[in-house]
Amino acid sequence: MTEVPPPAGGAAAPPAGRRARRTSSGFGRYLLKHVGGAAVSLLLVLFSSFFIFRLIGGDPIDQLTRERPVSPEQRAAMRAEMGLDQPMVKQFWDYITGTLTMDLGDSFQYRRPIFDLIVERLPATLLLSGTGMVLAVVLGLWIGTRSGWRQGSRYDRAHVGTGLLLYSAPTFWLGMIVILVFARYMGLFPVNGMRSPSTPPDFWSQALDIGHHLVLPVLTYTAVVYAGYLMIMRSSILDEIGSDYLTTARAKGLRDDEVRDRHAVPNALLPTVTLVFLAIGGVVNGSIVTEAVFSWPGLGSLFVQAIFYPDRPVLQALFVLFSASTILAVLAAEILYWFIDPRIRKS
Amino acid sequence: MTLLEFRDVHVTYTGSRGRVPAVRGVDLALEAGQVLGVAGESGCGKSTLAMAVLRLLPKSAEVSGEILLDGEDLLTMGWGRLRAVRWTGASIVFQGAMHSLNAVQRIGRQVAEPMLVHDKDLSAAKAAKRAEALLERVGLPPSRARSFPHELSGGQRQRVMIAMALACDPDLIIADEATTALDVMVQAQVLQLISGLVKERGVGLVMISHDLSVLSATCDTAAVMYAGKVVEQGPAHEVFARARHPYSAALGAAFPVIGDPASRRNPGGLAGDPPDPGRLPEGCSFRPRCAVAVERCGEASPELLEVEGARLSACFVAQEGEPVVLG
Amino acid sequence: MTASTTTSPRALAWARRRQSFARSWAAYRAQRTGMVGLVLLGAIVVLALAAPVLIDESALSVTQATGGRMEPPSADFPLGTDEVGRSVLALTLWGSRLSLLIGLTATVVAILIGTAVGVTSGHIGGAYGWFALRISDWFMVLPSLVVAIALLAVLGRSMGTTILVIALVSWSGTTRLVRAQTLTVQARPYLERARALGAGHWHQMTKHILPNVLPLVLASATLLVPSAILMESSLAWLGLGDPNVVSWGSILNRASDNGAVSAHAWWYLLPPGLAILLVVLAFMMCGRALEAVFNPRLRGEQG
Repeated sequence: MTEVPPPAGGAAAPPAGRRARRTSSGFGRYLLKHVGGAAVSLLLVLFSSFFIFRLIGGDPIDQLTRERPVSPEQRAAMRAEMGLDQPMVKQFWDYITGTLTMDLGDSFQYRRPIFDLIVERLPATLLLSGTGMVLAVVLGLWIGTRSGWRQGSRYDRAHVGTGLLLYSAPTFWLGMIVILVFARYMGLFPVNGMRSPSTPPDFWSQALDIGHHLVLPVLTYTAVVYAGYLMIMRSSILDEIGSDYLTTARAKGLRDDEVRDRHAVPNALLPTVTLVFLAIGGVVNGSIVTEAVFSWPGLGSLFVQAIFYPDRPVLQALFVLFSASTILAVLAAEILYWFIDPRIRKS
Repeated sequence: MTLLEFRDVHVTYTGSRGRVPAVRGVDLALEAGQVLGVAGESGCGKSTLAMAVLRLLPKSAEVSGEILLDGEDLLTMGWGRLRAVRWTGASIVFQGAMHSLNAVQRIGRQVAEPMLVHDKDLSAAKAAKRAEALLERVGLPPSRARSFPHELSGGQRQRVMIAMALACDPDLIIADEATTALDVMVQAQVLQLISGLVKERGVGLVMISHDLSVLSATCDTAAVMYAGKVVEQGPAHEVFARARHPYSAALGAAFPVIGDPASRRNPGGLAGDPPDPGRLPEGCSFRPRCAVAVERCGEASPELLEVEGARLSACFVAQEGEPVVLG
Repeated sequence: MTASTTTSPRALAWARRRQSFARSWAAYRAQRTGMVGLVLLGAIVVLALAAPVLIDESALSVTQATGGRMEPPSADFPLGTDEVGRSVLALTLWGSRLSLLIGLTATVVAILIGTAVGVTSGHIGGAYGWFALRISDWFMVLPSLVVAIALLAVLGRSMGTTILVIALVSWSGTTRLVRAQTLTVQARPYLERARALGAGHWHQMTKHILPNVLPLVLASATLLVPSAILMESSLAWLGLGDPNVVSWGSILNRASDNGAVSAHAWWYLLPPGLAILLVVLAFMMCGRALEAVFNPRLRGEQG
């Protein structure tokens, strides 16, 4: 979006320079406020992860060695290697700096740097939740708009009912049923994973194979997530219905769908953007469970596997990563809001 | 030919309280190039009447009678034809421009929108140019086209609404309380602008206001509405100066005349509220608030009849030739 | 109203509350979905309470199981059997008790925390209010399942920790609601009068703010219970539930661990899942109806 240009010599308008400066400093202050808030939230995440995993989580050496007999000397050596003999404050400082420099430690389970594991599995997660998210948002906003615009119609009731039903189903159970029906009974899709070992290595065969594997997880994920967006958009539209500017648009001779799409939807989208991004936590929840049901080789399955090993460093790193991503998503929404809502720039 | 004609128009809302009549049989007419004022308190049905012209009332409103625009009945025409008539045949300057403008769309686009809707061959660039010219015509710098509504003052927004109303060169403009929310100085400017444009373009104008003094200054004819009916009609300045219905008299007196010491010492006005349209009193609906009511007023509802020259009044007292103001 | 001079202010306040309750109930009753949800919920609660009468608890015992491994439905086992030969019907019926208990208890705890923080942060304000708001916003943004898994992984699995963890990830919404409502009530003249008359913080909060906030909190609680039940089922399915009890989530956990999907044992998967769906749906229907009662904009919906 571009800035509002100063009016050419209009008596009622303030001089050009002052106006432009005021606008940019407004954005600066807005940005600073929200980036600062997000930074505090991120620090809080680091602090709480340290608190949860180091302080109430017990001695990491016990988890690492588990039932194997270990001599006190070995223990001491391990403690020194992991920095556990240091004072708590020093440990916390090392943890913070380590996390910020992407040094997340090694996984107990894989005996490899966690950072490498994350890089390796991130694409699978982004593919599944990205595809599902786009589908869910498009579907949710599309249906929600039409549902709210015709509140109480048969269309509205049918879609609110379906949405509520899917929203009420536990994600993992829906996934299991989907596998049972479409993979086991009908044999249309693979049961789990992201690739079949027998697929030829050329690009198109691989892409097709991944796409084939992707269908059921995305279906499950979208089914669970879209209903939330539907309800948010629907109630935003309900808030706009009856507004005077819609009467103006109607009086201008616009068709009903033009009134809806050109006037009601842009206004209703503003509150929706915030809510959609605020609901990102639920999206992360959904993707973790979906990955677990379909053994999708992403971060969610990594997280769930780490529970039972137990692989504390991985749990801790992913806890921080998932939490940070939701905080950054909300920050992105706040910045986006500045650009899409002209009213916010005034205050 | 008559530009706009209301023939026995009734509007009834159906809601949780049953059927509520908002407009109860209105007959009005307006010639091209003329200005018709409609006055009354809020709730008297004047805005409902305005919205009925372009069929903008909610679905719960049932409209009967005929509303003829250039001889064509707006109430019975098909949706396609109605959409074509909207804004090209008649446009509206809505009250409360803040809410009547789309808050997240630039002014220029909103002004240009009706041109693009009604002229499929018009290019967006040309429409934008024309929108800027219109903004200039109503006294705004053309660069304002790139502003958002909240960046303008109340008076500027109202000017935008007027520019928008002119966009498709309509034959009729309806100004619904177009100046009510503005302060007095700006109100005078905007009124002047509207009257100037009407003269310049020869369009018909319906001005709706609760302020009879504003109407007397700008309108040719004035109609005063009370409880969904026209109770007095006549040349605007005469209705204001020498009311022939006690309600018009009170409405005119409610606004002090600047420079008239008498009106300052004794501000007129009216006790009580307009009647609940769902439960109108027997006889004349103004009777409970009327100072000059006689026995007959409780028995029958007075018709709108000629009382002198071009003056019509729906008051038994006025029809007898008696004064409608005490003292 | 004419007798108000002779009745005590307390009685008057109660009469007014009774009146507004009657009004709300009438508005609620007018909504078909809300009534369907209520009836559904009533039926489920009755079944859960009656479980010990209907089927003996010994049916849950692994060692006393009488059926074969994952038998399809039959006359003896209307909903088939699980991997050790227990009746799926018995498991589902008994599982309802745990799922409801955990869902309700977690909600109560969440609401207690949320209301306390909300009222105090709204009423006291200042640095404390700011800090409380920040923390609750922070909890609101975090992915609840991630937090819950992390906490359960270090705290260990038991019913108590499950309830605590679910409450901890769900209190923030209530705080926000209660805080906003507190600020609204706070601005009303009668509270100013109470302050002028020397009412302390405690008196103001308990006598003036809480009664005004409570109906809204209870309405929103109706929407918290289903998400608590869903959360419990997810955690239990992941294997983070109390290993010594049977809940719908833990039944499904055993089902997937023992290959019920590859065995095409639909009778093992459907009943507990549908049970969760029905309970959640019933609560959502009630919650939405209540929301409509307290938020008139939505009223008339699906009437």
